[in-house]
Amino acid sequence: MVDLEAGWREIPEGGLIVEAGNAVEYITGGWRAQCPVLDLEKCTHCLFCWIHCPDCSILVEETKMKGFDLDHCKGCGICAQACPVEAITMVTE
Amino acid sequence: MGRYVALDGNSATAEAMRQINPDVVAAYPITPQTSIVQTFSEFVADGLVDTEFITVESEHSAMSACIGASAAGGRVMTATSSAGLAFMWEVVYVAASTRLPIVMPVVNRALSAPINIHCDHSDSMGARDAGWIQLFSENAQEAYDNTIQAVQIAEREEVRLPVMVMSDGFITSHAVERVEIEEDEAVKRFIGPFRPTYPLLDIDNPVTYGPLDFYDFYMEHKRQQAEAIERAKEAVIEVGEEFGKTFGRPYGLLEGYKLDDAEVAVVVLSSTAGTARGVVDDLRGRGIKAGLLKPRCFRPFPSQEIVASLRDKAVVGVMDRSDSFGALGGPLFMEICAAFQAHGVRTKVVDYIFGLGGRDTTPDQIESVFRDLLQIAETGEIERLVNWLGVREGKQEVVTAA
Ligand code: SF4
Ligand code: SF4
Repeated sequence: MVDLEAGWREIPEGGLIVEAGNAVEYITGGWRAQCPVLDLEKCTHCLFCWIHCPDCSILVEETKMKGFDLDHCKGCGICAQACPVEAITMVTE
Repeated sequence: MGRYVALDGNSATAEAMRQINPDVVAAYPITPQTSIVQTFSEFVADGLVDTEFITVESEHSAMSACIGASAAGGRVMTATSSAGLAFMWEVVYVAASTRLPIVMPVVNRALSAPINIHCDHSDSMGARDAGWIQLFSENAQEAYDNTIQAVQIAEREEVRLPVMVMSDGFITSHAVERVEIEEDEAVKRFIGPFRPTYPLLDIDNPVTYGPLDFYDFYMEHKRQQAEAIERAKEAVIEVGEEFGKTFGRPYGLLEGYKLDDAEVAVVVLSSTAGTARGVVDDLRGRGIKAGLLKPRCFRPFPSQEIVASLRDKAVVGVMDRSDSFGALGGPLFMEICAAFQAHGVRTKVVDYIFGLGGRDTTPDQIESVFRDLLQIAETGEIERLVNWLGVREGKQEVVTAA
């Protein structure tokens, strides 16, 4: 876990991140102004949204679209644009 | 035992590179540096080194490739001059901030415009705040010795910073001198094996290089960098002493000549120090207590050491082979003024901008500097704080406002 209070002697040099995969701890969901909302009735589970999401925030189980990881979804709306059947709408939070 | 050979500065530097045998060299040719990488590329073609030589389309790419190779875990070198260094600018900072121990000979050349291929120090002085360690060499021997030491200094665990090794364009780079080249094995032993920290190619321990670094951590990383270059001072001293013990030519942060009892002193970097030494001898022969200080390390700037060696002088003349336009004076002058001020030294200092674009600097000109200093010592009056040495003032009468 990243210690936001760490002093300059306590962090890796050169701006390196020496712990693999710790981006998951960085909660980018706080940046969101608009939230994606899924209409499961319309969704065909084509997973276009999953391919396009820049933050790996489309939750998929057994090849089925399940919703959004709102801890990391930053609300960019790319999934809503990419969805061919308009199953995703962006609503202001 | 080393062997004495007749080599120009660039060939001596290329010899050092051959002995260092870096994993990767990425370079682009630029006068007067070209013959370093050209000679080195022949070593690669002849199988004398194991180096992966990357020919790139620009210096920006050369430094970028060096950064990638260094982060991957290799011992990496390049070389450049003038506009090449300027073109690298963005990534020169990245190399230092990412703490990559890259070694880069910089053969000093003026910056355009007007275009000029000859020596001055405006190229490396422009990069003085980039976070690199900067060593200046007086002659071919020093260019060779500094290149070897730079590898050790850069790779020290407490330093991990890139090093620029300067030599004067054409004056040092293309003039043939007597150079002692050490045995390959001895150089190899001196620099030791490269131990990368967090190599990208260590796929079992994946790391991220160059992530976004905002207001929450950027300042801590800069603070580390300031600490590392401060620690480099000790490393430069230790490696210089070690080099002396091994090869018989010790190095420090600076070098004084007849300085201890001098009343007036000139401070100058690189090859001009050689000319100034002759002038000092000449003046001493005439009973004038003249001395010389040649800083070797400009970054980190050895302020305490400079203050200690100059504080009892009556007047000091700093010779700057570049200007810092619009500033109080040249870069070396400003550093020395600041060091004097910070340490409460009242010695008078004057600046001489000289040798721009390869303008010859003769013993007569340096003697005229000493004469100025003696006059200031006598009258206590400084007529002009920043002087231009060897510039044609023209025949027109100068009308100065009252
Ligand atoms: S709004 Fe953007 S970040 Fe959030 S799920 Fe859609 S594509 Fe991903
Ligand atoms: S792009 Fe639209 S239809 Fe396809 S899985 Fe995502 S929400 Fe469902």
